[in-house]
Amino acid sequence: MTTTVAGVGVGVRDLITRNVRQSGIFVAFIAIVVLFSVLNSDFLSPGNLTNIVLQYSYVLILATGMLMVIVLGQIDLSVGSVVALTGAVAAEVIIKGHAPWWVGVLAALVVGFLVGCWQGFWVASVGIPGFIVTLAGMLLFRGLTYIVLNNISLSPFNGTYYGIANGFLNGLLGGEGIDVFTILIFAIAVVGYGVSQWRTRRGRIAYQQVVESMPLFVAKIVVVAAIVMWFGSQLARSRGLPIVLILLAVLIIAYSIVMQKSVFGRHIYAIGGNLNAAQLSGVKVRKVTFWTFVNMGVLASVAGVVFSARTNGAQPGAGNMFELDAIAACFIGGASTTGGVGRVTGAMVGGLIMAVLANGMQLMGVGQAVQQVVKGIVLLLAVAFDIWNRRRAEAAR
Amino acid sequence: MTSEILEMRGITKTFPGVKALQDVTLTVRRGEIHAICGENGAGKSTLMKVLSGVYPHGTYEGEIVYDGDEVRFGSINDSEAKGIVIIHQELALVPYLSIAENIFLGNEVRGGRGMIDWNKANHQAAALMARVGLKENPTTPIGQLGVGKQQLIEIAKALSKDVQLLILDEPTAALNDNDSEHLLGLLRQLKDQGITSIMISHKLRELTEIADTVTIIRDGRTIETFPMSGPDANENRMIRGMVGRDLEHRFPERKSRVGAEVLRVEHWTVHHPTQAGRLVIDDASFTVHAGEVVGIAGLMGAGRTELAMSLFGRSYGRDISGQVYKDGAPIDIPDVSAAIEHGIAYATEDRKRFGLNLIEDIRSNVTSAALARMASRGWVNGNEELKVAEQYRSSLNIRTPSVSVPVGKLSGGNQQKVVLAKWLLTTPDVLILDEPTRGIDVGAKYEIYTIINRMVSEGKAVVVISSELPELLGTCDRIYTLAFGRITGEVPVAEATQERLMELMTIERDAKDKAS
Repeated sequence: MTTTVAGVGVGVRDLITRNVRQSGIFVAFIAIVVLFSVLNSDFLSPGNLTNIVLQYSYVLILATGMLMVIVLGQIDLSVGSVVALTGAVAAEVIIKGHAPWWVGVLAALVVGFLVGCWQGFWVASVGIPGFIVTLAGMLLFRGLTYIVLNNISLSPFNGTYYGIANGFLNGLLGGEGIDVFTILIFAIAVVGYGVSQWRTRRGRIAYQQVVESMPLFVAKIVVVAAIVMWFGSQLARSRGLPIVLILLAVLIIAYSIVMQKSVFGRHIYAIGGNLNAAQLSGVKVRKVTFWTFVNMGVLASVAGVVFSARTNGAQPGAGNMFELDAIAACFIGGASTTGGVGRVTGAMVGGLIMAVLANGMQLMGVGQAVQQVVKGIVLLLAVAFDIWNRRRAEAAR
Repeated sequence: MTSEILEMRGITKTFPGVKALQDVTLTVRRGEIHAICGENGAGKSTLMKVLSGVYPHGTYEGEIVYDGDEVRFGSINDSEAKGIVIIHQELALVPYLSIAENIFLGNEVRGGRGMIDWNKANHQAAALMARVGLKENPTTPIGQLGVGKQQLIEIAKALSKDVQLLILDEPTAALNDNDSEHLLGLLRQLKDQGITSIMISHKLRELTEIADTVTIIRDGRTIETFPMSGPDANENRMIRGMVGRDLEHRFPERKSRVGAEVLRVEHWTVHHPTQAGRLVIDDASFTVHAGEVVGIAGLMGAGRTELAMSLFGRSYGRDISGQVYKDGAPIDIPDVSAAIEHGIAYATEDRKRFGLNLIEDIRSNVTSAALARMASRGWVNGNEELKVAEQYRSSLNIRTPSVSVPVGKLSGGNQQKVVLAKWLLTTPDVLILDEPTRGIDVGAKYEIYTIINRMVSEGKAVVVISSELPELLGTCDRIYTLAFGRITGEVPVAEATQERLMELMTIERDAKDKAS
């Protein structure tokens, strides 16, 4: 009988521990946003919010793929170089080869895919740790970038390609000072969110599971809807809906679902949590590892396209240190350094924390040097919190 | 100087959900060899961890009096400073370092200016090795020595720390007869030099030879302590104390109804994955029938786990040859998913390392081997998954409030049930259980046996690998014995006794060649 009693105790404590891990990072994010909006009235202005989205979109794209690699128990140090290489390839094809914009995008994606296959092969089939393979890749692809670009920058792209990262969807439905189309898209997104939440709830009830009470459920949706609509209206008041935000939203939603609901995603968690157990449960470890790296390569090329479009050109030194931003975003967002733990949404919040910190400090005129110091400390504290949390959980065992 | 070197009084140690030790008392006289015996999970190792400071003072109740003074060890360093050294079952040696480096690891021989004086260290190591009767070059890497010699190095290491009280946890479990003999002889020598030893062992015959005093522990309590020189001190008295009840009550009743052959393995031969030319499994053949529990008995290192894992999708070894037949038809099992598809499941002996994802919840662990069944077109139905996990939680009596508790927080018995649930969900025809009751308490053991019985009554076949002979005798219909990679015997349970099995389990390769 004592076992049952102790079991309940562990359960309740566990619930609290888990929620701290899940929500702690959201609370920190909101606190930082509030702090900066108090310190600087321009922080939440329509123009600045648009700016944050445009400025950090490629880090968020990289962090999505990086999170999967980290949950797998690996790391990818080469993504910055891959961003540079794929941007360079696109520039060669479009600027030098005078090809249409989509050919350039396709070429970049193919290069990203091949990079992923290359690294996936060494990690999955040969069994070299990802750290080593991608450290080599970091040098290798940086060198290839210099070779492709012949040591000089290529610009400008202009036209449609430039619009990928700098274009806005606005004025399609008119509106005076506030873009109706943008509002409409956000309204559709909110309705979609509400419907999917409702269906999930219905599904859980059908399987006789615990769901939150109706008022709480409605309150949750209303709060989320209010925040999203406010954000949308701010964008609508500025330049409208950034194209890159649509791309980002699609990627985040798609990858969240893949990680939580697909067999592939669940196998990534299983491998990161206990490689041996996963292998003995029939998980095809090599295959999953290979495709995770391929996916990372493709996402790095997407980031490469966005970044080169944003800077309207390809530089040999582009994307330097991006890998560290992406990795930091994952760890701040609650991913475990030993693999097996982490969420796409967490990594996104982690990336946004870094974005908001950088942007807020820029607005306040804080120098680059201090910004680096703050970023470093935030990363350290986030991981320290994770370890402290885990020790506490182990002590409770 | 008192005649008692150690007195542990009223030691109680609780883990969440389990009382591992309850008011245990242990008194050890100076200069004796004191044996502690008890079943797996009785609490012997926990008691020694309390003594050596692995569980620091404050995490247990009771007091420890050593050399006349009450001691409160905060860590293993504190106890070693007092001359208490524990040698664990899994040896703590670094394979790539030399003998001398291992002996003085953490306790390096310093010359001038804080540098290590290797000449002196090697010289001292040679002297220590002479004391344990070992002639090797002190610069030889540990990995090149056999287990028996490694064990002696551990003792030499203890001697280098000026040991007063030496604790040995199952020192001979992995040794052959010759090495065991040598080790026991060494313990007697150390006794003559005034070193007190506490020895944990399952080998009762060995204990009757060497021990001066025996303390028996069962279910976390001291049952009795008696001198081995007494008139009625013998193996039977030890067994009675350890088991505390008759075999019939430890195993649930089962009527066996053996059906058609499900699995047949012929001439299965497996080589060591890294040491070329070394045979781990040598020409093993066996059969398993529907509704039958087949036991595989073998000592540590006999190749029990290696046999099971090599069958289970070639998860161990290389250059594997032989043929597996399922329901009479030859099958090929290149990987684990193929094994699962053929209806073979294997629950590992080391559930924490190979069986479970400890940071994930019960739900994900239960479905981890059969996730494809919870999914359509690659997408997992989370609700279905939860429902199934919930079903197994209640049917296997996994004691937690919900299936979202991380598996790492469960007790050993509940963890083992999660492992069973995971494999039952793959609906296997043959379930191979490797040490299914290792490290779990008596009550949970009974439940595991009940689950085994339920499976065979549904017409499935179960293979139980175990080092506990009473467990095999209590659960199986037929037992194979494995020794040094070979199947040395096949005994129906009606004809099997512990002595008979032990005899077959210790047949050495040469002896068998001569016999056949």
